[in-house]
Amino acid sequence: MKKEIGQLSDSSVKLSCRNLWKLYGPFPERFAQESQLRQALNSGREFTALRDINLDIRHGEIFVVMGLSGSGKSTLLRCLTRLVEPSFGEVLLDGAPLTSLDAQGLMNIRRHKMAMVFQNFALLPHLTVAENIGLPLKIRGSDTAEINRVVPEMTALVGLSGMSQRLPHQLSGGQQQRVGLARALAGDPELLFLDEPFSALDPLIRRELQGEVIRLQSRLKKTMIFVTHDFNEAVRLGDTIVIMKDGKVVQTGAPEDIVANPIDDYVGSFVAGVDQTRVISCGRIAIPAKSSAYAVTVDDRAKIVEVADLVANSNGPVGVVDQSGHVSGEIDATTVLRMLASGSRERLAS
Amino acid sequence: MDSIPLRDGGLFRERRFGVAVAIALVLVLISTMVPAAAVYPPAWKLPLGNMLTTALEFLVEHISFITRAIAQVVQAPLVLASGLLANGMEIPFGNTRIELPPLSWAGIAGAVIWAGYYAGGFRLALLQALGCAYLLLFGQWNGAMLTLASVAVCVPVAVISGLLVGVLAHLRPKLNTWLLAPGLDIMQTVPAFAYLIPTLLLFGFGPVAAMIATVIFAMPPMARVTCLALNQTPVEIRELAKMIGCTERQTIWRILLPSVLPSLLVGLNQTVMMTLNMVIVASMIGAGGLGFDVLRALRQLDIDRGFEAGAAIVAIAVMLDRQGVAIAHLARPAEALRSRRWVWIAPIGFIIAMTLLGAEFGWLQNFPRELRFSTGGVLGDAVRWINVNYFDTMEALRVFVLSYLMNPIKIYLTTTPWIITLGFVAIGAYLIAGFRLALLSVFAFGFCLVDGLWDKAMITLYLCLSATVVATLIGIPIAILAARFDGLYRATTVAVEVLQTLPSFVYLIPAVMLFRVGDFAALLAIVAFAITPIIKFTMTALRAVPADLIEAGRSMGCSKSQLDRYILLPIAFPTILLGINQAILFALAMVVITALVGTRDLGQEVYMALTAADPGRGIVAGLGLAFLGIFIDRLFQAGVAGLQRRSHVNDGIGYEPVPSEVK
Ligand SMILES: Nc1ncnc2c1ncn2[C@@H]1O[C@H](COP(=O)(O)OP(=O)(O)OP(=O)(O)O)[C@@H](O)[C@H]1O
Ligand SMILES: [Mg+2]
Repeated sequence: MKKEIGQLSDSSVKLSCRNLWKLYGPFPERFAQESQLRQALNSGREFTALRDINLDIRHGEIFVVMGLSGSGKSTLLRCLTRLVEPSFGEVLLDGAPLTSLDAQGLMNIRRHKMAMVFQNFALLPHLTVAENIGLPLKIRGSDTAEINRVVPEMTALVGLSGMSQRLPHQLSGGQQQRVGLARALAGDPELLFLDEPFSALDPLIRRELQGEVIRLQSRLKKTMIFVTHDFNEAVRLGDTIVIMKDGKVVQTGAPEDIVANPIDDYVGSFVAGVDQTRVISCGRIAIPAKSSAYAVTVDDRAKIVEVADLVANSNGPVGVVDQSGHVSGEIDATTVLRMLASGSRERLAS
Repeated sequence: MDSIPLRDGGLFRERRFGVAVAIALVLVLISTMVPAAAVYPPAWKLPLGNMLTTALEFLVEHISFITRAIAQVVQAPLVLASGLLANGMEIPFGNTRIELPPLSWAGIAGAVIWAGYYAGGFRLALLQALGCAYLLLFGQWNGAMLTLASVAVCVPVAVISGLLVGVLAHLRPKLNTWLLAPGLDIMQTVPAFAYLIPTLLLFGFGPVAAMIATVIFAMPPMARVTCLALNQTPVEIRELAKMIGCTERQTIWRILLPSVLPSLLVGLNQTVMMTLNMVIVASMIGAGGLGFDVLRALRQLDIDRGFEAGAAIVAIAVMLDRQGVAIAHLARPAEALRSRRWVWIAPIGFIIAMTLLGAEFGWLQNFPRELRFSTGGVLGDAVRWINVNYFDTMEALRVFVLSYLMNPIKIYLTTTPWIITLGFVAIGAYLIAGFRLALLSVFAFGFCLVDGLWDKAMITLYLCLSATVVATLIGIPIAILAARFDGLYRATTVAVEVLQTLPSFVYLIPAVMLFRVGDFAALLAIVAFAITPIIKFTMTALRAVPADLIEAGRSMGCSKSQLDRYILLPIAFPTILLGINQAILFALAMVVITALVGTRDLGQEVYMALTAADPGRGIVAGLGLAFLGIFIDRLFQAGVAGLQRRSHVNDGIGYEPVPSEVK
């Protein structure tokens, strides 16, 4: 494994894990050697929540962990923060092993670099909105001036300015999770961990808060690890999605890649539920260009649904241009129509 | 009760049942042939009490200079509090002494009413005003303030120590199961009189010993509530604490404890009530205060005075309890009290102003005597009148209960050879709850046996069992009725809540007034004290029966009584058993108090040891009571757990949400 750590010279990787295992059972918290792990795996008394996970999470991306209930998503998230001690394997933050830090070092990292948003909000019932948001700063020992500067800023950022003196029980669920978000952002962390943050909310509020995350991310560029069991949410937010099943990674990739090429039936069953025209971009369905100049062109990163009107109203195929303005292919109305039709069929079915 | 495991008849077919019957027969045989197995020979008695006394005396001789020094220090706040509230103070000033009067009654009453208004609005203010008026008009103010002073000094100590023990129990689960939890059990079940004796020896006669005994008695609920509340905080909150980088100390003091403040306040309220209870009891043995007033009046058969002082205890208990409940219901109690300073300043200022004015206007200092009144013999006359005119009826009732319930139980328990009683109890415990509980029963009963306390233990059981039977017979019908009607249910709930806050001693007063001293008066007092948990548990359990089951019953055409009989009561049964369990424990606690009116049980042993200043004897008897209590409690818990496993009934009362593990 030493050599794998050495490979981590890619500076854009923020957080990664190598050969990460988590076993529940009558074992020591951490195995020092691989042979001990093997032995435990054969003991018959183990429950393997994570098996041999390897991930690289890039700086500034929203990294979505997706899977059915019990697939080990929360366990993975907690192993990455060491809220749960991994049984075996390494977690590396900026290339430095998190797994070998002592309690003091871990506390410092958590105080300054990490923050978490919880499924049931975990707001302290006795603190006001403002006090809840300022809590991480207080705990880390920031001075009052800084707290007084940051807290209103964060409150405004999540759109709760008028409510800073309310208590959590005086807020709706959506508002409570906004407080949770603001609190997580207050310490200006580099890493944000979110464990099914919107699962406890109803669908409309959930969409609204997803929009909020997208908006915040475009401004703040945090590295987010986002757990969800809602594939639509994963597709909407994720830069990278990792799909888990029974403690194993089944597929990793950009949403578009996964939607376009689900690796097996398990992934396929998730993909079946999404409207592909919202995920797949023109570049992917373009056929080689037959002419060199088109009256109408579209960006190859534009999603199909966005260009549907344009393509339908044009006479003949539409050109697809890449970032440099170069024509890379063409699409015609029939292809678009076919994709739209299958999308709406799925929507009817689901 | 004995039908618990036998319900489906399965046990009869099991082999262990046959073995148990065989053992029982052998025991009966032995008891007829070996005299020592029938009556425990006094020569075999273990001198445990004497040994303890000697050890304690040795201890006292060598360390009492430390403990007495501690007593001197601890005494200061107590002197200050009773000086401020009741006695006034003398402060040496140069060659002269300045006499400071106690705080003005008008000031204190004003502050109390203000506190009521702030926490509970107009209604609580009215209650507090009525309470103060009673205390003032009936001349109970001074006794009440003495009592309050002790409460005010003991509560902070009990609360802080309880909090610390609770936190420790939360942080060290192993230590908790092996040391703290059993320790708390014993602290709560050993009658306070028993450890009053060693504290008296160590800390000297005086209020300090009473105070220490009080703290020991009142601390466990706070510790339990704290530990339970901490254990039940959501996992996410604990993860949050870790993720924002809290140290262990920050996690406890800044995250967990504040977030469970409402539960802690409930614990605080319990602690206050327990403290009051104990302060009353302690005041009977010379600390002075309302309890002493009542006891003296009872001994002189001065019914009016006894009743007036007793009612003053009730008044204080209700006032303290309602105030505590109201504070616990404030939205942000801590903040409300911290941030709005006028909440404190206004009443304190008022008290000072009134006290200063009192120097000028005497009536503000001492409540004018002319305004006082007393029931003036009316009550005494009334009781005498009842005693004269209804003597026959009451005597008939007394004789009836004595001869058809109490005496049979008494005769059975006191004349059966010990080996049979002990053996049968152990076998029963084994059949209901398994081997470990059988061991515990042998230990508890054996402890009483070898210490020569068997007869007294049997008398104790006889009183408790009789009282529990009567309380069950009266309590369950009341609860069934109360559960049927919303209004009645609410009223009964409040009544039970208030009754439970009353110091146990209060229940003795009417019983003794009507039936003089003796087993029957004791029985009545115990029943009155022990009936509340039965009513409460039964009522709550009946109400918690799922609505769809009731509807199913209705759709089958059940009448109201059939509904009770076939649906509600069977489902509520395990919880009702828990209520009966509580009742027995309440009864055991009450037995010590009834010893004051001359029953011959373990309580009397404790009480006599107290007057004889024989600490070992008192502790042994107290431990005997505690072990019996703990055994009965575990037996019921196990029986109920078995029942619930069997029927998968979950009524929401015996059920505690298991804190989910960190995922
Ligand atoms: N403390 C534990 N002891 C034993 N097994 C555990 C423990 N915590 C989790 N597990 C098991 O590990 C598996 C993965 O749990 P995990 O909480 O990570 O699932 P999840 O993907 O987050 O599911 P969900 O969507 O329900 O939150 C589950 O089968 C769970 O039962
Ligand atoms: Mg989860």
